[in-house]
Formats: sequence, structure tokens, C-alpha cells
Amino acid sequence: MAKVKPRVKVPKKAAVGDVVTIKTLISHPMESGQRKDRKTGELIPRQIINSFTAEFNGQKFFSADIDPAVSANPYLQFSLKVPEAGEVKFSWVDDDGSVYEASKKIAIG
Amino acid sequence: MRQVEFSRREFFALGAGAATVAILGGVNGARAATATEDAINAFTGGAAPAEGKVELGAPEIAENGNTVPIEISVESPMTDDDYVESVLILADGNPNPGVATFHFTPMSGEAVASTRIRLASTQNVVAVAKMKDGSFFMAKREVKVTIGGCGG
Repeated sequence: MAKVKPRVKVPKKAAVGDVVTIKTLISHPMESGQRKDRKTGELIPRQIINSFTAEFNGQKFFSADIDPAVSANPYLQFSLKVPEAGEVKFSWVDDDGSVYEASKKIAIG
Repeated sequence: MRQVEFSRREFFALGAGAATVAILGGVNGARAATATEDAINAFTGGAAPAEGKVELGAPEIAENGNTVPIEISVESPMTDDDYVESVLILADGNPNPGVATFHFTPMSGEAVASTRIRLASTQNVVAVAKMKDGSFFMAKREVKVTIGGCGG
């Protein structure tokens, strides 16, 4: 399978209590399981990212269950109310069981 | 110019064909609506969601159904006692209505999220929000799609 590469955008600094916007994108074909192979006429098996989780210092603050109707290279934008300095961890779960991860630090300032 | 004339027999054959198409179209539409209603009922446990609080942002016309940007935002103070637990997103004209479910916590700060979705054809996008107190709110929006986003 093509290389899966997560990309995340998190502000480097925030004040305590700030609500910051986080953007994530992961390169993934999100094969819906509805498409047919043009040559053989057989259905191409489904393979998508089926869930996403975002944690701050080990506490989950946003997650998503994803169906095949989400576009290829799934993009997600959401918010975090920053309680303290720390690290945001992201994980994506593939239908084949692989887990892709990324993380970013937020400083207070 | 040649006049187009139908015999009585041809005329009835045409009429019957058109009626069949209309009936099939109706059945198809009803089936999709039922799948969407089932999905909403499964999410709410049978409760009927109220209008309001949920805002669903989507383009009025999407040229490419493969990637339609949508944004949901739910009015809520997002405190420990009063926050939006999750938001279910459905597209009633897709082969399967489910699109995604977002789960929020008070730490989210606000119940706002956006993503990009696939739409097979012109249809309604529905967002249903589940609040901490067990109440449900929904919003619906029609998106016109020029080129569908399934198969191909």
C-alpha cells in the first residue's frame, strides 16, 4: 500500500484556557468498497481509516468514528481548550489493523 | 418538418414506461430515507431530535462529490455538566447513509469540527447532536452535486 503519512497543525504556544484549532490530514486512499476494478469487474475490497483519536497529556478530548463516505486523505479540524503545557497525540486506525501516530507539543506563553 | 405522431398503442406504452420509472424512483428514495431514519433512531435510541442548536455548514453546490467540505458546530457551554457528547453525520443519498461520528469532551472547548466527505449525488446532509443531558438536536442541509463521488 502507498505510504501513509500523517500531517498535523497545532499552535506552538497558547495561553492557559485558550481554545485552539487543530488541523490534521493523513494520506490514505480510503477505498470505499463500492468501487469495481475496471478490468476484472470485481469489487475492490474496502480499506479505510475507521477511527481517529486525539489526546492531550494522555486524556482523550476528541475522537471520530469514520465511514467510507469520508473523502480520500481524510482531513479533520477540531478544537482543544488548553489547560496546561503538554503534548497532543493523534492516532489513526486502519481497517488492516495498522495504527498511524503523530504528536505535537504546546507551550504556555 | 415531419410531424411526430404516436399511435394509440405507442402512446399508452410510453405512459406505462414513465409511470414505472416514477414508481421505481419513489421506492428508491423511500429506501434511502428509511436507512437514514434507522441510523438516527439507532443513535438517539428512538427519541426524535429537536431542531436548532446545530449548525451544519456545507456548500450549496458541490462541483466534485468526491470531496465536499462540511463543518458542524453545536451551541453549548462545554462545561463538565453541559456539553455535546457526540455528533452523527449522515448523507441520505449515499449507498450507506453513515459518514462519521465525532465525539467531544469539555476539553474540546467548543463543539466544532470539519472534514471532507463523499456525496454520490444531490442529497441531504444531516447532523444529529447528542447532549450530555440526553437531549438531541439536528440540522439538515441539501447539497447539489455536479459530479458524484462514488465509483467511477
